[in-house]
Amino acid sequence: MSDAFLRKPFENLERQHMAVSFGMWVFLVSEILLFGGLFAGYSVYRGLYTQGFLAAGRETDIVYGTINTAILMTSSLTVAVAGRAARAQFGRMAWRLLIVTFLLGLSFLALKGFEYREDIEKHLVPGAGFALAQPGAQIFFSYYWVMTSVHAIHVTCGLIGLLRLIIASRRNFAWLAGSASEDATALYWHLVDLIWIVLYPLLYLVGRSHG
Amino acid sequence: MTDTTFVPQPPLDYLHDGSTLRSWLLTTDHKRIAVLFSLSITFFFFIGAVAISVVRLELLTPAGDLVSDDTYNKMFTIHGIVMVWFFLIPSIPATFGNFLLPLMIGAKDLAFPRINLLSWYLYVGGAAFTVLTLILGGVDTGWTFYTPYSTMFSNTAVLPAAMGVFVVGFSSVLTGVNFIATTHMLRAPGMTWFRLPLFVWAMYATSMVMVLATPVLAMTLLLIIAERWLDLPIFDASRGGDPLLFQHLFWFYSHPAVYIMILPAMGVASEIIACFARRKLFGYSFMVYALVAIAVIGFFVWGHHMFVSGQSPYANVVFSFLSFMVAVPSAIKVFNWTATLYRGSISFDAPMLYAFGFLGLFTIGGLTGLFLATVPIDIHVTDTYFVVAHFHYIMVGGSVSAFFGGMHFWWPKITGKLYPELWARAAAIAMFIGFNLTFFPQFVMGYLGMPRRYHVYPPEFQVYHVLSTAGAAVLGVAYFMPLFYLIWSFRHGARAGANPWHAKGLEWQAPSPPPHENFITPPMIERPYDYRPEDVATARDMP
Amino acid sequence: MDDRARKRELWIRPLLVWSGLCILLATTCALSYVPLGAAALPVALCIAALKAALVGAIFMRLFENNALNRLAAAAGPIWVFVMFLLMGADYFTR
Repeated sequence: MSDAFLRKPFENLERQHMAVSFGMWVFLVSEILLFGGLFAGYSVYRGLYTQGFLAAGRETDIVYGTINTAILMTSSLTVAVAGRAARAQFGRMAWRLLIVTFLLGLSFLALKGFEYREDIEKHLVPGAGFALAQPGAQIFFSYYWVMTSVHAIHVTCGLIGLLRLIIASRRNFAWLAGSASEDATALYWHLVDLIWIVLYPLLYLVGRSHG
Repeated sequence: MTDTTFVPQPPLDYLHDGSTLRSWLLTTDHKRIAVLFSLSITFFFFIGAVAISVVRLELLTPAGDLVSDDTYNKMFTIHGIVMVWFFLIPSIPATFGNFLLPLMIGAKDLAFPRINLLSWYLYVGGAAFTVLTLILGGVDTGWTFYTPYSTMFSNTAVLPAAMGVFVVGFSSVLTGVNFIATTHMLRAPGMTWFRLPLFVWAMYATSMVMVLATPVLAMTLLLIIAERWLDLPIFDASRGGDPLLFQHLFWFYSHPAVYIMILPAMGVASEIIACFARRKLFGYSFMVYALVAIAVIGFFVWGHHMFVSGQSPYANVVFSFLSFMVAVPSAIKVFNWTATLYRGSISFDAPMLYAFGFLGLFTIGGLTGLFLATVPIDIHVTDTYFVVAHFHYIMVGGSVSAFFGGMHFWWPKITGKLYPELWARAAAIAMFIGFNLTFFPQFVMGYLGMPRRYHVYPPEFQVYHVLSTAGAAVLGVAYFMPLFYLIWSFRHGARAGANPWHAKGLEWQAPSPPPHENFITPPMIERPYDYRPEDVATARDMP
Repeated sequence: MDDRARKRELWIRPLLVWSGLCILLATTCALSYVPLGAAALPVALCIAALKAALVGAIFMRLFENNALNRLAAAAGPIWVFVMFLLMGADYFTR
């Protein structure tokens, strides 16, 4: 039964699972460095334009930001329990939790879309007619747009991965425990959450306590 | 059980296991993917070569009389972009690494065969953007995409060029992930870490750099695209940005990228030198530590590209010191290769000639690198041909020599055929002579003050440029020769046995060319480089 | 133990982590309105690091996992730190 999930070039399933989760971790490290480049630039400019960043940070919508953080954290919870359920041979429970995770991810993107619309209405897109005059405020929002959209692309990739799991296992819930894909997708999804956890204080908690 | 005698047919070799185009384009066999990569990078090698031929011809005379200055800028830019990202970075890892890594550790394939195929398709995707760049008239920023020129002033196809490099970066990352996971998870029983061939260690160290550095380049290029295309202020100094930030991020990748190019070459040289000196590689464990140390310290030195950019002088001192540090493991390697030769029974076959070329040219490139790590000398020769000569000694003298050395060394394994030895030796010698004739004069004129990237120059530099262009012509012939005799040998060469060089290493225990899953019987694992003097007699009667 | 009880047990540890994350989120959000001056950013980042560590250790199972995955995971923050450190060598001394 377990051989059904064995793939070339592995000789046993346990090794295959180890390799997939290790390979995914190595890939996640490269994702961390990808965002690391953004964090570095953000830090440099925050050091150069502290006041501009405080003024600009106040303009992001903390309500959307906080709700979205909670949503992603909850989706991390559901995908974590899904993995535990799959490994305990509760395939149906795992499958349902993956659907919940998928819907939570989708609602994150939907809320992000509403937030973007509000940002555009508030003239927070750098360029002519930008809402704020402080030096550095436009740079803050350059980083805001690049960071959140690169993150949203990652959310979308994660959603595609989840959808693949849901479809591939719809008639055979055991697939979730047997194939290593569930583990890999869950790890990726957690990373998307983890990145957002770091983005949240950088983009939404800036300058709230000042006038 | 049955009476009929069953003679097992040997499995088909990987070249003949399926002959349709589909069986190649959808293959997950690491050996076939290696072949796909080698064909693609060969194509780009010649694009890069054509571009630089135009540059060298233009530089024959001090006046700008062959092409316009714009065309000249586009030519050296496309040469740089293509040679760095579409030839050198994937050259040894994606071809020999792909082909040999599973063989050398006794595995059937890489850990993630489909991801490996995806790597090649990402390469093709990036390549498509680069070809699009050429169709749209090229790009003139130099391979470094420095702001503010790339984001605000250049009127050329910067966006597709940056997209091409962005996409091909993911090919590198996935190759790196695959190699690291394979080395950890698929070593045959008994193949311990300190029995791995140095080529495998080199691939491992290279993969570390690929995984950790490439994403930063991807992000930097994305920021360039965001600034140029969407007009977001990021590096634009007139809107408060810091162009030096771009340089920091760019060189955080692009200096380690040099080690992506040279570490695999070191791996190849280690295999060849031990084999043709018939000696156990001197100081194996130090060679391993040196590879890893170069990969790690290579991340700490990027600021030496920015000594005159307006970086803080204190940072200059730090980066200068760290750059000297990286010379220590490099020197360990050079001394150990040399010590391997001592009292060896050396034969001068073509792969060994290439390896000798690598050894000498890498040493010159490395030592001139120390000049450049010294802040006062660097200020004197920044952006001159001295720098150009230095990095070509590393990347072409070092990496490309080793690439050709590896190509000859493993050609019998990859194709099952022997190449004509005399022609191969002639090409190796021509390459060494042509290379030095091209680039040694550049050290001299650079030191005398000839700046790089200029298409007109004062007449007193003409003699060096003429020498350099003459050398480039020799070099060009030396690059074309293998193309012809290797293809000839593929069709008409004598059949190679499993181990024509009497070399150690698991790849030589598989048939040439190897079948789909590499080994017919599980390979015997010995200590690495277990060459003995008594092997010499047998090694001498090679076909 | 019947299936229901086993299923419930699956939830216990992740739910504990999740409630921890929620408390931390509420704390950091509330603290952002407290005038902490220059300490605001370090405090917010420390809380973020704590949250990230919780996700990594329990949800991503680094805590129960083999050392190899932990080693791989550590490489990310370490290299980002190197990037910050050496870029800082320039920006802090200009």
